Amino acid sequence: MPRLLKSAFSAQGILILVMAVLLGSTVLLPTAILFSKAFTDSSGNWIGAVNLIAYLSEPHLLKSVTNTFIVSSISSVIAVSLAFAYAYALSRCVIPAKRFFRYAAIVPLFAPTMMHAIALIYLFGNKGIVSMLFLKLSEPFLHGAPIPLSIYGPVGIVASQIIYTFPQVFLILSISLSMTDNRLYEAAETLGASRFRQFITVTLPSVKYGLINSVIVGFIMGFTDFGSAKVIGGNFNVLATDIYKHVIGQQNMSMGATVGILLLVPSVAAFIIDRVIEKRQNALVTSRSVPYRPIAHTVRDKVFFAYCTGIAFVIAMFLVIVAVAALVRVWPYRLDLTLAHFSFDRVAGGGFSSFVNSVIVSAASAVAGVALCFPFAYLVEKCQLFPWARRFSYFMALVPLALPGLVIGLSFIFMFNTPQFVIPLLDVTVNNPLTFMYGTPAILVISNIVHFMSVPFISATSRLRSFDGEIENVSESLGVSRLRTFSRITLPMSLPAVFDMASYFFINSMVTVSAVIFLYSPHFRLASVAIVNMDDAGDTAEAAAMSALIILTNIGFKIIYEIVTRRFRTRSERWMNH
Amino acid sequence: METILSVQGICKSFGIHRVLDHIDIDILKGEFLCLLGPSGCGKTTLLRVIAGLECPDNGRVMRDGANITFMEPSKRGFGIVFQSYALFPNLTAIQNAGYGVKGKGAGKKAAEALALVGLSHESGKYPAQLSGGQQQRVALARALAVSPDILLLDEPLSALDAKVRAKLRADIRALQRELGITTIMVTHDQEEALTMSDRIALMDNGIIVQTGSPQDVYDRPVNSFAADFIGMINFMPDAEPTPGIRHMSAIRPEHIHVFSDNSAGRIGVQVRNWEFRGSFYRLYLEPETRNGFPILAADVSPNIMKTLSPSANQKLYLEMPDERILSYRDGSLT
Repeated sequence: MPRLLKSAFSAQGILILVMAVLLGSTVLLPTAILFSKAFTDSSGNWIGAVNLIAYLSEPHLLKSVTNTFIVSSISSVIAVSLAFAYAYALSRCVIPAKRFFRYAAIVPLFAPTMMHAIALIYLFGNKGIVSMLFLKLSEPFLHGAPIPLSIYGPVGIVASQIIYTFPQVFLILSISLSMTDNRLYEAAETLGASRFRQFITVTLPSVKYGLINSVIVGFIMGFTDFGSAKVIGGNFNVLATDIYKHVIGQQNMSMGATVGILLLVPSVAAFIIDRVIEKRQNALVTSRSVPYRPIAHTVRDKVFFAYCTGIAFVIAMFLVIVAVAALVRVWPYRLDLTLAHFSFDRVAGGGFSSFVNSVIVSAASAVAGVALCFPFAYLVEKCQLFPWARRFSYFMALVPLALPGLVIGLSFIFMFNTPQFVIPLLDVTVNNPLTFMYGTPAILVISNIVHFMSVPFISATSRLRSFDGEIENVSESLGVSRLRTFSRITLPMSLPAVFDMASYFFINSMVTVSAVIFLYSPHFRLASVAIVNMDDAGDTAEAAAMSALIILTNIGFKIIYEIVTRRFRTRSERWMNH
Repeated sequence: METILSVQGICKSFGIHRVLDHIDIDILKGEFLCLLGPSGCGKTTLLRVIAGLECPDNGRVMRDGANITFMEPSKRGFGIVFQSYALFPNLTAIQNAGYGVKGKGAGKKAAEALALVGLSHESGKYPAQLSGGQQQRVALARALAVSPDILLLDEPLSALDAKVRAKLRADIRALQRELGITTIMVTHDQEEALTMSDRIALMDNGIIVQTGSPQDVYDRPVNSFAADFIGMINFMPDAEPTPGIRHMSAIRPEHIHVFSDNSAGRIGVQVRNWEFRGSFYRLYLEPETRNGFPILAADVSPNIMKTLSPSANQKLYLEMPDERILSYRDGSLT
């Protein structure tokens, strides 16, 4: 016991406990409250699964469960197929301009999902370019009959989600395609295996987990996606729009919580599956592996080059169409160009200030997110005290991977907007000390950090793990304090990872709508929320203009980021290159 | 010589596995002590206990009559060199060397330490730009720069290739003599221990099996483990075993004399195989008379080998001088 007390009073021990408390109260506690709300009525009495049963026995509500499931399954399978071929082309074929194609594939990451849906409307909607072209060309045959397949509804949601999930699944697949050993191919080649047999026996097994993982990730992104369904879904209900209607439209919080739990099911399942699979996965790549060298194959390479060009063209098309939508005065009647839509003065959504607010909140999320995540990762990885608190913190930092933004937003309402909590079993009522934060920009920053911390946290831990474990011991034996070693060695060595973490926080905070849509206040609106509001009010051109602003900001940020951090990255590569 | 550090009854377990089992050893001022043993014998754990990086479950570490068992590593004034070097990749050689030096004259001390290991000309380079051997020298300089009372080396040479290792072995030993610094080195390499140390502490299964000068430990290994671990040895069961007693004789290959002609007291053997070992040949010989007697290894010089010019199954004769035969009863030297 004295040893435990001594640990608790050391600086390291205090920091570890503070970390565990912070993570527990922003990740575990809100989720727990959300669960309790789903199983209680409006006055707080325990009613068990009544809400859940009520929801599922309502035919049109049950319909949105199946709708969500079908739409996200289809979009996930299509996105993974497209992305696999794309990633395969980039890693296994000899084609020019690979760098360009790589950048092109991740561009959709820089845009809010609403943007893809808006672009689809301008292409295939009632007054869309393609639709009108189709009507004109088909006039002699169809005599002005309407287009058989409407983009408003499941088709539009699927299409929008494909482009939304494409970059993510592409990244997963290209990593798993890059983890291969050229010696296996050489062995297969010398044993006389055909190209097809090599693909089946060597390539596929090595990307099996990547494929499973990307299907799951694509499915969950679609399952919890709010932006596409909101803009292009029409009357086609999905869970994400349901939860929005319950909470914002009807102020029915416990029903919102119930839907939130349904929204959680696949990601929690996937989280568990992923943990299990990760344990079973053997290292396919060892330090002695030889990187794959693609061999030219004229016909195949031409086909894949054409394919990649096609995909890149579609992605570029979405950007161009949004730019057109933002710049044309009144589509499709007055086609002169104007910047009027960028003034946002006459429309809902808080005007230009919402864009400024978004930049401020995203920058704050990036700075605060890194300032918390990196030290947390350090405490978890490099300290010895309180192993249980460190394990708990590690788990808490990963849990948000499984929490959809809408669920985080809703649970934050409960956490920060409930005046009093009744502690179960003890029957004690306590005043909520956190309500002052509700409706402030601070809660937006906190929710962004919680929402996006898992990926930066994982990259920080893996960076720290790559350092020699004895560095802390050496410093200690030389009588140098941990703080000094942290600031002089660990932090400088990790700078590239730190910058990447900041950029990840910034870009995601700029585009996210799901968590913050429940948390913004009318006095402090955000750009992504403004897109939803403007689209709701029919100001689609302004919504497109705001989307364009966001994507321009993100691309500009990324370019400046690359230039500014290049020096640090090359320096760090030189250090690590043993 | 006076004792500088005294390890008394140290025990340490990881889970149910007992890694150190009542370790007692005194370290003398200025000596070069090797903790030698196979992997998993507890030698690194013992070094870490001495360094303060590991807390023992039982026992104590005493220095000048003061108990330092739970003293922080930084307060002990020991210099440690790790197997992985653990150099700071973002600092140059000279910055690495001076990392632990505080206050005025830090730069001068770092430069001195770097000069000591012969690396003054590489002071501005980053670890990644140095060879493995040079990196290990920087690690050594970093440990020496703080003028430690005791130098602790944890398998400092095992990551290097053979040539560099032999060179650094001699360099470290020369430096240690020059500075007169008490040094404890952990190694699993018997040759390293034999060539470098004043004293070897041979460890197995968490206990110290034998301590003594390299010559002692080599010539009179206290048990069959020690005999087998250091160098090569032939074990020979008794021809007529006494019931209830496990008795064996042992002799090192270089102490067996091989002849092509018979005379009194010689044992007839048949040649089974031979290997060229550079400076000598190793012959594998099967005694003719006693069935079940193991194949004996005998080392002969190239000159003798020429006179023997053996072929497979050829008959040879050997002598085993009595004074070279070690006798083990139940595994222990008698």
